[in-house]
Amino acid sequence: MLDLGRIYAIFRKELWQLSRDRITFAMIVMIPLVQLVLFGYAINTDVRHVPAAIVDQSGSSAARLLAADLQASQTVRFVEQEFHDVATATKAMTAGEINAILVIPVDFERRLDDRLRGIGRPLAQWITDGSDPMLGNAINSLKQMPLTLRSPSHKDSSLPASAVFEVVNYYNPERRSAVNIVPGLIAVILTMTMILFTSAAIVREREQGNMEFLINTPIRPLELMIGKILPYIAIGIIQVSILLGLGHALFAVPLPEQWLSFWLVTLLFILASLTLGLLISTKAQTQLQAMQLTVFILLPSILLSGFMFPYVAMPLPAQHIAELLPATHYVRLVRAVVLRDANWSELLGDISVLVGFIVVGMTLATMQFRKRLD
Amino acid sequence: MLAIEAQGMSRRFGDYLAVNAVDLAVPVGCIYGFLGPNGCGKSTSIRMLTGLLAPSAGQIRVLGLHLPEQAEALRQQIGYMTQKFSLYDNLTVLENLQFVAGIYRIKSKEQSMRIRELLALYQLEDKQKVRAGSLSGGQKQRLALAAATIHRPSLLFLDEPTSAVDPENRREFWERLFDLSDAGTTILVSTHYMDEAERCHRIAILERGEKRADGSPSELMTQMPADVYEISGPQLRQLRQQLLMLPEVMSAAQIGQRLRLLVYKKYGWRTEQLQRRLGAEYSCEAVRPSLEDVFVANTGEAYAGSRPHLRDIP
Ligand SMILES: Nc1ncnc2c1ncn2[C@@H]1O[C@H](COP(=O)(O)OP(=O)(O)OP(=O)(O)O)[C@@H](O)[C@H]1O
Ligand SMILES: [Mg+2]
Repeated sequence: MLDLGRIYAIFRKELWQLSRDRITFAMIVMIPLVQLVLFGYAINTDVRHVPAAIVDQSGSSAARLLAADLQASQTVRFVEQEFHDVATATKAMTAGEINAILVIPVDFERRLDDRLRGIGRPLAQWITDGSDPMLGNAINSLKQMPLTLRSPSHKDSSLPASAVFEVVNYYNPERRSAVNIVPGLIAVILTMTMILFTSAAIVREREQGNMEFLINTPIRPLELMIGKILPYIAIGIIQVSILLGLGHALFAVPLPEQWLSFWLVTLLFILASLTLGLLISTKAQTQLQAMQLTVFILLPSILLSGFMFPYVAMPLPAQHIAELLPATHYVRLVRAVVLRDANWSELLGDISVLVGFIVVGMTLATMQFRKRLD
Repeated sequence: MLAIEAQGMSRRFGDYLAVNAVDLAVPVGCIYGFLGPNGCGKSTSIRMLTGLLAPSAGQIRVLGLHLPEQAEALRQQIGYMTQKFSLYDNLTVLENLQFVAGIYRIKSKEQSMRIRELLALYQLEDKQKVRAGSLSGGQKQRLALAAATIHRPSLLFLDEPTSAVDPENRREFWERLFDLSDAGTTILVSTHYMDEAERCHRIAILERGEKRADGSPSELMTQMPADVYEISGPQLRQLRQQLLMLPEVMSAAQIGQRLRLLVYKKYGWRTEQLQRRLGAEYSCEAVRPSLEDVFVANTGEAYAGSRPHLRDIP
């Protein structure tokens, strides 16, 4: 039987220690705040002067006017060099000299006339370097830019810009935005702070010489583990609230409509990360080792969880590794809940994996923890 | 009734035999001392007796429980003050005690009373809000003792409890130990101070992982295999070198203006024989052995090669 009094004693002690540790305490708030602002503004930054090429197959004056309008918008900057076909232009894009190509078809003037009469084909095509999502987004935004186009037959007629371009992402077909990044950022920040906190939790007692006293008391390993992670659950919740609230205020990230589902999956992920940290802590001999092991898990969690690169686009071995990380399942869950308004009952697969992580992790950590010095 | 029983208790670390076939019998209510130099296996023995280390060989029974199998059942009944301060430096005195009380499941009503009692007893009332890390050595030891006894254990292990404490505070500390002993607590204390060992009801002299002798301090003094003499006169350093050559002499050490000489009893020397050997410029008298002499007599052999350093052991 677990003794609640002993769990409470550990819990209270952890809180006391945490409140003494000013830097750690500040980090609880600063990490989500700074990361969100950094990521968020990097995404929202007005991208200007994207180097672009123009492949004008029509050679018409209307095309030259269009190019002048685009140039004036400052979003793109057409390079000096002339490109006569798409192939040479894409070569330049591969080389990194340009990030976007505007292809104006041979029949540009006819398309323009058709369009003004209400028959719809895109007038021109943007090929963008999708390997950089920020640049892709910038070009995409040109769709919304109202352009004043003049064709030989219809002087001074104005067109909604969305009708003008078709945008093709050349490398990366998935487009991202702040809305998409924030849920992923929750996963990354929770992975980082939750694992970091608990990975130090047990090994710190050992390193600072408290262990010999502690293991000589009647405390049970599971009581110790539970008492140790309880304060950090609260911290996780604080961090998520900061991310959501700030994301909403600064970047208009929608607040989850499925509140219950959101907190359920988030709580499960917090617990899974905390148990992972505990597991590290029972293995590591020093706090430095615990830190290294944390980074060892953190990096793949950032790279493979789907936060940075789409899961489906990853090679199979990477996908297998990703499945072993709680962050991967959480990124999936939280995107479903926040962006697609999914209910937890539709997401039982990933939820049960997280529950599995918690149960297995807790069991292993408790078993690893011996109340002995040898 | 025995609180601690051990037969052939041994512990090796790799090839190194840290504790070698130690037998122990500690009666209930006794203050039992482990006396020995650094590295002789005091801490290792205590860790085996608290169930923190498994013995490599031997049988251990503490309060009737077999160790290490039944260690968990023992925890609530024993207190352990580690050699190195093991409470939390970044918690205050009060918080440390509250934490320990919580771990030992002392009910909250009783808790504050018990803590107040301990704070008063160990003169820590004005230090309640001070972090343990900024306490003085003596205050830390008192806090550690308070924490180790908060649940009123019937058996208390103290590993070099006064190593950072001045003589005045040491005496005070020992008063508290006698109080605990009077209240029926069995105490096992390790030390390398003679004056502390002398206060114990019984002591075991340990050296290189082996028990060299055990008994009450007075028993050990009378059972000593050597007579003790004090010699005064000129050029004691040279005299000492000469005396150490003699097979009858167990040890010779200079203390101030005198030379303290241990002579094996089996050679049957008297004061007159010694005086004759020394000559008229020296005066010599037989004195009562001290515990320090007992210690030297029981551990001297192992130090035979380095006799001049004998006195370095406090
Ligand atoms: N975990 C360990 N691994 C290897 N050797 C150890 C270990 N613990 C103790 N020893 C060795 O066992 C011997 C006895 O150590 P122990 O700590 O019991 O000595 P001690 O009598 O308490 O000494 P001190 O007075 O310095 O505290 C030492 O030589 C020590 O190096
Ligand atoms: Mg020791």
